[in-house]
Amino acid sequence: MQIVVDLARCQGYAQCVFLAPQAFELHGEEALLCHPAVPDEQRERVRQAAAACPVQAILLGEAVSRGAR
Amino acid sequence: MPGDLKEGRIVVVGASLTGLRAAEKLREEGFTGSLTIVGDEPHPPYDRPPLSKQVLFGEVPANATALPMRRDPEAEWRLGVRATGLDTVGKRVLLADGEPVPYDRVLIATGTRARPWPNAQEAALDGVLTLRTCDDAALLAERLAAGPRRVLVIGGGFTGSEIASACRERGLDVTVAERGPAPLVGALGGTLAKLAAAMHRNHGVDLRCEVTVTALRGHGHFTGAELSDGSRVDADVCVVAMGAVRNVEWLAESGLAAGPRGIACDAGCRAFNMYGIVTDDVFVAGDVSRFPHPLFDYQLLSLEHWHNAVEQAEVAAHNMIHPEPLRRPHLAVPAFWSSQFGLNIKSVGVPTFSDHVVIAQGSLEARRLAVVYGYRGRVTAAVTVDMAKSLEYYQDLIETAAQFPPVAGASDRPPAAEVPIPSDVPDPSVLYHGPTVALTGHLPDRRLAMMRPAV
Repeated sequence: MQIVVDLARCQGYAQCVFLAPQAFELHGEEALLCHPAVPDEQRERVRQAAAACPVQAILLGEAVSRGAR
Repeated sequence: MPGDLKEGRIVVVGASLTGLRAAEKLREEGFTGSLTIVGDEPHPPYDRPPLSKQVLFGEVPANATALPMRRDPEAEWRLGVRATGLDTVGKRVLLADGEPVPYDRVLIATGTRARPWPNAQEAALDGVLTLRTCDDAALLAERLAAGPRRVLVIGGGFTGSEIASACRERGLDVTVAERGPAPLVGALGGTLAKLAAAMHRNHGVDLRCEVTVTALRGHGHFTGAELSDGSRVDADVCVVAMGAVRNVEWLAESGLAAGPRGIACDAGCRAFNMYGIVTDDVFVAGDVSRFPHPLFDYQLLSLEHWHNAVEQAEVAAHNMIHPEPLRRPHLAVPAFWSSQFGLNIKSVGVPTFSDHVVIAQGSLEARRLAVVYGYRGRVTAAVTVDMAKSLEYYQDLIETAAQFPPVAGASDRPPAAEVPIPSDVPDPSVLYHGPTVALTGHLPDRRLAMMRPAV
């Protein structure tokens, strides 16, 4: 599973950072950085983080598979 | 006959954020025909913003930023295949490798590439890099991890500043050479450029402004550079961050209005041909497009922004499968962000489309502020530094063409909010790189269409 954050929409509420600290972190006061590739054992926490985003800026999904034709 | 538009053959040229989001939207809105996505990179669509941040910090591998799909676009992916031409009469996309791909409608989303160092021999030195693709990022991250003595960054735009910030994050010595008076001046004007310069210096960047790099030195390996002020910078790695070049060369014979500033299209993403006549079947979206925007005097905007790629991809996809009365205009207000030196910089509107600014909230000293940009008495842009929650309010002012300077709207309004100062946006021709948002002009002395002779 992969993460992408719409940072034009993100307002730095940081709910994701509290819920899934291994996937999301703040750089400084409000610049959000994420680890886009989610290990299996973190999926549930990351799903909760995405659901809790007040501005719904987090998208989760599968990548296009490598070698796609 | 709307039914017909939801069938047939659509080809998307460009397999990055724009291409993927357009393909998803086509399926979401009921396109049932065949969909082919052509991309010159071998990688499935990936996200680029992390490449100059998490990836350079060494926290995320460069190949780990694949974009999640919103839904499977059920497309035939032709990855690692370069499009070499567009035959608009025969309705075929020509490929470097393989048979031409026929289409009923085509979406051009070929984006940009990093502007290379102009001297090819110097650019070929080992250690001279650019940053655009995930392969570029993998190489740069590897070089940073090896602990170079010093990194030279040419160009203090957003990418150059983020690279310098990442170098300092890793404890590496870094020199930034900027042709303008301060970093980010081309995109944000004088007021915030002063803050950017202070952030570079406070974080230990060796910032050199109003200089150009005149030569890159080395025998096989890059060893240093000569500057126009006569000084020399010894470094092991040089990152050329001089902005982007639009990928339009493959369209030279297509008859489309394609030139160095992108491909001109209407607000519905339909490409213009070189005579300024709108085409029926050729659509454009993302960084390679330029399009008229009513909030900015209908000048053609060209944007290198993540947000625009998504919004415009969706409008293009919608319009590709709907008849004229149901088509939508692309009216999204430009928006972008950057994070560097621990600050979160966010922008809405077009800061370069301004004559004056006010500091509407916060202060430069606090490193937390909202700057509002005005043009001829109306609000045209706003930039926040560590004040993202305020941005929506200013976006509303832009969308409603509110008067500038804006009337009191914030409780923490400083006295500076009453004092408009010149926005101090330099002529882009004196900079290494244009702003990432540019008004490309509608005056008769500026050429919208550019004809290129066959080479």
